[in-house]
Amino acid sequence: MLDKLKSIPRKPEFAAFVGAIFVYFFFLYFGWPIFPAVLVTAGWVNVAAELAIVALPIALVMIAGHLDLSVGANIAASAMTYALLGGHFGLPDWIALPAGLLTGTFFGFLNGVIITRIKLSSFIVTLGMSFFIRGLIFGVTKLIVSNVQQAHEPDQWVKDTIGGRIFLTFENAIYVAIVFSLVISWIMYRTKYGNWIWAIGGDEQSARAAGVPVEKTTIALFTASGFGAAVFGVTTVALYGSAQVSAGQDKVFFTIIAVVIGGVLLTGGYGSPIGVILGTITFAIVVTGVNSTDWGGDWSNLIIGILVLLAVLANNSYRKLAMSSVKRVKTNIAPKGSK
Amino acid sequence: MDVKTQPLMSLKNISKTFGSYAALKDVSLEIHPGQVLCLLGDNGAGKSTLIKVLSGFHGPTSGDIEFDGEKVKFESPRDASGLGISTVHQFGGTFAMMSLGRSFFVGLEPTKGWGPFKRFDRKFANRVVVEQMQQMGITRVTDGDRLVGSLSGGERQVSAIGRAVYFGAKILILDEPTAALGVKEAAHVLRIIMQAKHRGIAVVLVTHNVSHALTVGDHFAVLIHGEKADDFAKGERTREQITDLMAGGEAMAELEAELASLTGTIKQVLD
Repeated sequence: MLDKLKSIPRKPEFAAFVGAIFVYFFFLYFGWPIFPAVLVTAGWVNVAAELAIVALPIALVMIAGHLDLSVGANIAASAMTYALLGGHFGLPDWIALPAGLLTGTFFGFLNGVIITRIKLSSFIVTLGMSFFIRGLIFGVTKLIVSNVQQAHEPDQWVKDTIGGRIFLTFENAIYVAIVFSLVISWIMYRTKYGNWIWAIGGDEQSARAAGVPVEKTTIALFTASGFGAAVFGVTTVALYGSAQVSAGQDKVFFTIIAVVIGGVLLTGGYGSPIGVILGTITFAIVVTGVNSTDWGGDWSNLIIGILVLLAVLANNSYRKLAMSSVKRVKTNIAPKGSK
Repeated sequence: MDVKTQPLMSLKNISKTFGSYAALKDVSLEIHPGQVLCLLGDNGAGKSTLIKVLSGFHGPTSGDIEFDGEKVKFESPRDASGLGISTVHQFGGTFAMMSLGRSFFVGLEPTKGWGPFKRFDRKFANRVVVEQMQQMGITRVTDGDRLVGSLSGGERQVSAIGRAVYFGAKILILDEPTAALGVKEAAHVLRIIMQAKHRGIAVVLVTHNVSHALTVGDHFAVLIHGEKADDFAKGERTREQITDLMAGGEAMAELEAELASLTGTIKQVLD
């Protein structure tokens, strides 16, 4: 029991847990009495849920030692595909919405294929892909509707599902985020695929030598990342009834920040889904909480910056703690049974 | 050496070129079960390339590989590991941030349940890894959830060898297993190598530490500039002969002369 307790600070999510609790009480104090109000709470829970949908698949990509900078463009591409097909061409949502999902998923898959086939760094491939996708949807959208946005009134079933709200405040995206959390936690903690992902991030060569299908797994991860962005993209259309060409730009960095706050190592090989969920919550509390304080939203970027730096420092020291944790007792080097 | 034993694996006239650079030239080797073959050579002599050919990372440019008397061709490291060829690299199991239980079973995860609920059997993995570590003499490890990074270099090397043995390796290729280790830890690793040998595993030990090679080796091959310069059984050469050969005898004599002249000049200065 004591051993279990002692091992808690060594878990990758520990720093993120402490961070989430800390920022909550921080804004409870400085944002009193506005911060704990239902509306503000719904505000940060919604932000966290939306972010988690995109950040969780990206966390897996990052645990495997890669980056995905194309999610922002993917969000816009999926939203715009859905809005154009539904709003402009008048197709029913049961065609337009899956088409939107397919768009982001396809670009994610393409990222994975390029990165594994040409063996280029994911940083530069997804950066290039990001510009490619955004340029493509900008051009296509301008060509079709001579505008940079497209309105779409979703069908009732879409409004009732991903576009719905609970008590008029909490978004149904929370349910989606919970499903994502459960599925991804299951994959990482309970299946061999989780093991593969950690191993690829730890050392790709050794993982390959141990028989892990590195290429297939990497492609699957980028596809999942594209899917996460696509789900978020169509959700924004379902919620707000329109899509913008420039949507999702901030999400590229917000997701990376949330994932890093959640304890995932930028070089890969370390991190946990629970940590990432806590990271999105921490991030969401900070960006919304700052508006409840006296000093106002002007300082939110500054606070985010400080938070990221603190998170990186905390992660670094916790990782060292995790690595150096076996008590140095005098060991008998001779193996059993040897003479 | 007993010439009658059938080699488990043999390389016949293997050459490997990268562009215009010949990394291996016409190298032939025999690997016997229950014996330790030491590959000696200076940096850049072609040891790493030879390991990569043995473990299926590179196909040879020319020459044949025979396993159990039959010609084989490795398309990938998977083919080689399928035959029981297992390679342990210098830093032995490099998943520093994974738990011992998880990293031990990477690529060969034990599962329980069925269909979509098939899941990684963490308890089994952790139990096996602790058992194996204890058997290998790493007695302070009692929890499979510990991170690999909390082990010392020697312990990681030992556990990587233990992993290969556990999964039924027939040929164990060890790439400089003692290079980064202290005396005590190196001794531990050498002892584990002897254990593997006594289990009938064919061990290929790549090293440039002649003492370590002489301690455990049954057969030796020296590589110089991608060519096999010498090939001999235990007791056929002295330590000095081997060291000279590895460094390239002439080069060593030149160096000694150069050093002598240097100390000479220093003496003159001091006088």
